Amino acid sequence: MRLGVLCSGGKDSLFACWRAMQKEEVACLITVVSRNPESYMFHTPNIRLAALQADAAGLPLVEVVTAGVEEAELDDLARAIGIAVADYDIEGVVSGAILSVYQAARIQRICHTLGLWCFNPLWHTDQQAYMEALVDAGFGVLVSGVFSEPFDERWLGRVIDRAAIDDLRTFARTHRISLTGEGGELETFVFDAPFFSRRIEVVDAAVSYRNFRGTYRIRNARLVEK
Amino acid sequence: MILVVDLCYRPGSLSAYEFVDPITAIVRGSGRDVRTCHYAQVDAALAGAAEAVILCGTALRDQGYAGHPDRFAWIRGCARPVFGICAGLQVIGRAFGGSLAACTEIGMTPVRVVRDDPLFADRAHFEAYTLHSIALDPPAELEVLAVSGACVQAVRHRTRPIGGVLFHPEVRNPWIVERFLECSLQ
Repeated sequence: MRLGVLCSGGKDSLFACWRAMQKEEVACLITVVSRNPESYMFHTPNIRLAALQADAAGLPLVEVVTAGVEEAELDDLARAIGIAVADYDIEGVVSGAILSVYQAARIQRICHTLGLWCFNPLWHTDQQAYMEALVDAGFGVLVSGVFSEPFDERWLGRVIDRAAIDDLRTFARTHRISLTGEGGELETFVFDAPFFSRRIEVVDAAVSYRNFRGTYRIRNARLVEK
Repeated sequence: MILVVDLCYRPGSLSAYEFVDPITAIVRGSGRDVRTCHYAQVDAALAGAAEAVILCGTALRDQGYAGHPDRFAWIRGCARPVFGICAGLQVIGRAFGGSLAACTEIGMTPVRVVRDDPLFADRAHFEAYTLHSIALDPPAELEVLAVSGACVQAVRHRTRPIGGVLFHPEVRNPWIVERFLECSLQ
């Protein structure tokens, strides 16, 4: 089955992509770039770098820009998926949704309307096991945004490794964050994956941080040999 | 051992992460042993060897299970507790002569309990995650326990420990699966 993967550039969508590759054929990545920083569905700090990730994965990218108006942005998602159907003949869509009924239900409705399969291979996954699998499989993931206590500025750009997972587990206990950042506490950017032929090297990034909220905005990056 | 039956389009499919693994996790979390099998591998002997059987749901587009009613003939004769979720409810309903009709619900949906049952632990209503394009018109052998605004959401057999829900309890309502295990394995 040919599938398109909804890609935010973060760990969940690219790990879902990897799972999809092991079971079906991934034909393209699909990205919706939101102009609205408060978008529930699509905003991430480094969404424009999905093109570099697609290059690294050897996959075409379908990219659509949305104004990011709630609910209306779903029309733009449907448009992006429609382009993927027309250009890459996909029969289904993959998302990295873990717990968000808000996101999952909306994607399910779009797929139902378009007559497409919908897969959420991280849905209600064991978050501890998932984070460990991510590291063990060789994903290179850095923190590209923090949005809650107790994350300090040092987390911005930090690579997710075993030590980071241990710290996140501590925060999950002391501050009730979700281990994967599913509650919007943090966002990530994938710079390497088992299916990347080259990895992404960050050449220049801007850090912005205040009151437990901050972003690691990658201004310049390139593909390099692994 | 609790037998968790995968109704997805093929064994080890991409959908199993979404519809089978969360159920397996809930059962394991209750302290019970689990065996997971694809429906094509389940027969009366395997079901009979389990303490209870749970039939999982499938993706909205995945109705391959419906083309193989013979694979579920064991349900009618099964002496063990059987609990169906979404697609699982549909195959239970069809096994007892019920019919299916188009009915789509996607997302959080109000569910109203219309008949007291230990499964619901005295709850009169709750929100549940629905993901279906087909609903069950239950046969006389199955009584309706709960409904949404659109269709039947839960049934049980009138005399045997067999029943199920159309919504997905693994999302927001894992207590439903836990109650099934507690009530049926007392």
